[in-house]
Amino acid sequence: MPDLLIELFSEEIPARMQARAADDLKKKVTDGLVEAGLTYAGAATFSTPRRLTLALEGLLAESPTVREERKGPKVGAPDKAIEGFLRGAGVTRDDLEERETPKGAVYFATIEKAGRPAAEIIAEVLDTTIRNFPWPKSMRWGAGSLRWVRPLHSIICVLSSDEGAEVLPFEIEGIAADNTTFGHRFMAPAQITVSVFDDYAAQLKRAFVVLDPQERADAIWQDATNQAFASGLEVVEDKGLLAEVAGLVEWPVVLMGEIAEDFLGLPAEVLQTSMKEHQKFFSVKNAKTGRIERFITVANRETADNGATILAGNQKVLSARLADAKFFWENDLRVAKSETGMTAWTEKLSNVTFHNKLGTQAARIDRIAALAREIAPVVGADADLAEQAARVAKADLSSEMVYEFPELQGLMGRYYAEAAGLPQDVANACEAHYSPLGPSDDVPTEAVSVAVALADKIDTLTGFWAIDEKPTGSKDPFALRRAALGVIRLVLNNDARVALTEIFAKGYEGVNTADLLSFFHDRLKVFLRDQGIRHDVIDACIEMDSNDDLTLLVKRARALQDFLGTEDGVNLVQGFKRANNILTQAEEKDGVEYSYGADRKFASDDAENALFDALEGDGEAISTAIEAEDFAAAMGGLAALRQPIDAFFEAVQVNADNEIVRRNRLNLLSDIRKACGQVADLSKIEG
Amino acid sequence: MTQAQGAPRSFQEIILRLQTYWASKGCAILQPYDMEVGAGTFHPATTLRALGSNAWAAAYVQPSRRPTDGRYGENPNRLQHYYQYQVLIKPSPPNLQDLYLGSLEAIGIDMELHDIRFVEDDWESPTLGAWGLGWEVWCDGMEVSQFTYFQQVGGHDCAPVSGELTYGLERLAMYVLGVDHVMDMPFNDPQSPTALKYGDIFKQTEEEYARWNFDVANTEVLLRHFEEAEAECAAILAQEHVDPKTGKRIIMAHPAYDQCIKASHMFNLLDARGVISVTERQAYIGRVRALAKQCADAFVLTEAGGFSGEDAA
Repeated sequence: MPDLLIELFSEEIPARMQARAADDLKKKVTDGLVEAGLTYAGAATFSTPRRLTLALEGLLAESPTVREERKGPKVGAPDKAIEGFLRGAGVTRDDLEERETPKGAVYFATIEKAGRPAAEIIAEVLDTTIRNFPWPKSMRWGAGSLRWVRPLHSIICVLSSDEGAEVLPFEIEGIAADNTTFGHRFMAPAQITVSVFDDYAAQLKRAFVVLDPQERADAIWQDATNQAFASGLEVVEDKGLLAEVAGLVEWPVVLMGEIAEDFLGLPAEVLQTSMKEHQKFFSVKNAKTGRIERFITVANRETADNGATILAGNQKVLSARLADAKFFWENDLRVAKSETGMTAWTEKLSNVTFHNKLGTQAARIDRIAALAREIAPVVGADADLAEQAARVAKADLSSEMVYEFPELQGLMGRYYAEAAGLPQDVANACEAHYSPLGPSDDVPTEAVSVAVALADKIDTLTGFWAIDEKPTGSKDPFALRRAALGVIRLVLNNDARVALTEIFAKGYEGVNTADLLSFFHDRLKVFLRDQGIRHDVIDACIEMDSNDDLTLLVKRARALQDFLGTEDGVNLVQGFKRANNILTQAEEKDGVEYSYGADRKFASDDAENALFDALEGDGEAISTAIEAEDFAAAMGGLAALRQPIDAFFEAVQVNADNEIVRRNRLNLLSDIRKACGQVADLSKIEG
Repeated sequence: MTQAQGAPRSFQEIILRLQTYWASKGCAILQPYDMEVGAGTFHPATTLRALGSNAWAAAYVQPSRRPTDGRYGENPNRLQHYYQYQVLIKPSPPNLQDLYLGSLEAIGIDMELHDIRFVEDDWESPTLGAWGLGWEVWCDGMEVSQFTYFQQVGGHDCAPVSGELTYGLERLAMYVLGVDHVMDMPFNDPQSPTALKYGDIFKQTEEEYARWNFDVANTEVLLRHFEEAEAECAAILAQEHVDPKTGKRIIMAHPAYDQCIKASHMFNLLDARGVISVTERQAYIGRVRALAKQCADAFVLTEAGGFSGEDAA
């Protein structure tokens, strides 16, 4: 069975697009072929900066012939009907077959759709693929109208079998497919003629092109770590950078260089960010000191001087870049250490709009500062420190370094606050108040940081709620879900007892606190579900008082979840539901609420008396436990009710003939509901 | 460094070699535009000529001003006034990358020793309403040029597409000449009787302009100039296409575009003075873009802009 080799050779494809493009090429081509009936055994795909390659193995030489049987008119039907059928089926009268059916003799036609040669199908599929390729951004060039990521220069399209390899006739906008490509742009620029995939890959390697991006990445990583290790250093791992760098070269050559002494005093993060963002260098650090002392760059060629010129050039560029970073760092430090300190920066923020309906960054800082003050006592922070921290936490947004490297926001704030001689708690809050960003990000634990982090997020949430810019469906442009999750994690991880509704009310004016709280409850359900807590358990707990105190809510939910994992728990819920159902029906029917309290003197059965005893004793125990927020003990109290409730239902008919007894029993059920209801709304529990 | 065809010795020699090279490749060697611009792209030989169907091939040096980049001549790489070398060829030829690499060899960069890379960098000029796809070209990790296939200018699709090359001359020359501080770079031949360094010519002017740009420029005057240029641009374009005096069809796209350039530079100066807030910034950029777009609209109605039919007006 034939194999197919396709290469689309172009000017340099952006590194970030290569992997996806290779996958898309495979998907588009194979989907197209399979749809046309051309199946294959295996597919492999590769990319370099200048080419996308697809190799298909075991392709059918032609699509299979398809036979279809069609039922026609009855034998003896009018000629007109028969002619019509012949035309529709594309057959002649001689092709028809007469067959007996229960309804008499009928004409049948067998229509045969001949298979088509692979070459024809491939050409069509390739044309469609190229013209509709899902590049994130594509362009035209020259005087043509074809779109590709960058100008497309040549196409290999070779179908090979035991008889040999043939170029498929294919042309798109003046580019005719053939069996030639080019090697490395500088090291082997000559044209190469190829046949099957193995020959293609081998020839490319001889022409200094490593086709497989993974092979390039592995080689880079191995060589980089070896070189660093030989100097007693280690490479700072960065998978994203590795993939990107592997997409910038066809023939990777790893070079390690020194960072000039002048710059080693810059914060490690600044060195790392500057080297990565501008130069795509890996950082090489001294594991003992944590200092970044060298860099690794990946060149795209070998040279006669073993990369000496290239390395010297890179070193020079780095020095210029770091001179800039140093300039920003020193200017910023000068501001931070000046008399005005970081307030010089905060003042500038009154010119910076945060959101056109929510005012400037400066106005936002005022709000966060006020909120941080309110939250401080609740999380055990000093109110003055919390306010101070909130006032400087965003100051670094005006610094030169953060202007240049926005991703260093917060971190630079910490450095500058330290330089300004602010209390360490305040400096730490500058960095930590953005956290947690993602679900796996560390949660701040220092009280001042927690206060500012909460204030920052709650200001954002209440603000966007007040102007009705809530997340909808997949749209959450202001990352409000993330902010809410951040609040949830800050509260829970720190065991903070925050009445959120009260804090919301002190946030941005005009916020609907109930609506925002229900958004929080939704996020909480998602968060706890990932930790294995059932949504119905959370629902049962949300129904309780103080449901804006998330720590309490979760404590309750965990205890309930544990309880529901026991036999007592499962049965108690059954008993509760039975009681609740009977009671609800009776209340509906009678139009009264049975909540007077049952009277023991009407009890007629041992089981009934036992239930009275249990409710008195355990009911009391449960309320004491709830009072003390000892949910485990409360669940223990519920567990103790299970047996008496079960026994009661076993022995007693609630709807007794005697109306007084009936009402008393209904009131007794109401006592069960009340006792259980102190713990959670068990009616929400499923099953 | 080892050189393919002898090392250039000065900044001006690098410029001369680029001129000679691109002339030999068939480009018209134009002179700088005589107005303050932020980049070589602003020269009408690029902005306007990238529009319409007429073929075009031009190369030129363009003095460029970026007031916010002033560093009083102290930063080794940053200047508020610097030179760009600009090439625009329409339609972009299929061998444009090779032509470009040839220009690097022409200025003495040995392809056998250096690492040249085409790194994704999509170009966009919000003030010109223009964008294109291409790369920044790296030589040993240093960006030495911008390479762009123009897709849109002034809101118009480019058809055919122009290929644009922009060289940051100081940076490139410093690299080729092995100089660490721009002010130390030989401007003319260091062996000449009056050897001049870049700093001999520009150190003082960098200081003077940095002071003026950052602290002295009269913002009220700048603002007024901005508004006047904006009004003049609109007024020029509002004129009848047929000149009442000569009876000829004369659409004044270039004079109008001069006003657009002027407004853009006034905006840059205001920006350097720090009197434009982030929100206002977008509004100013939008105003300049509106001018650029109207100029582009006008240019495509001219002969140079590929217009061949009768003007309805």
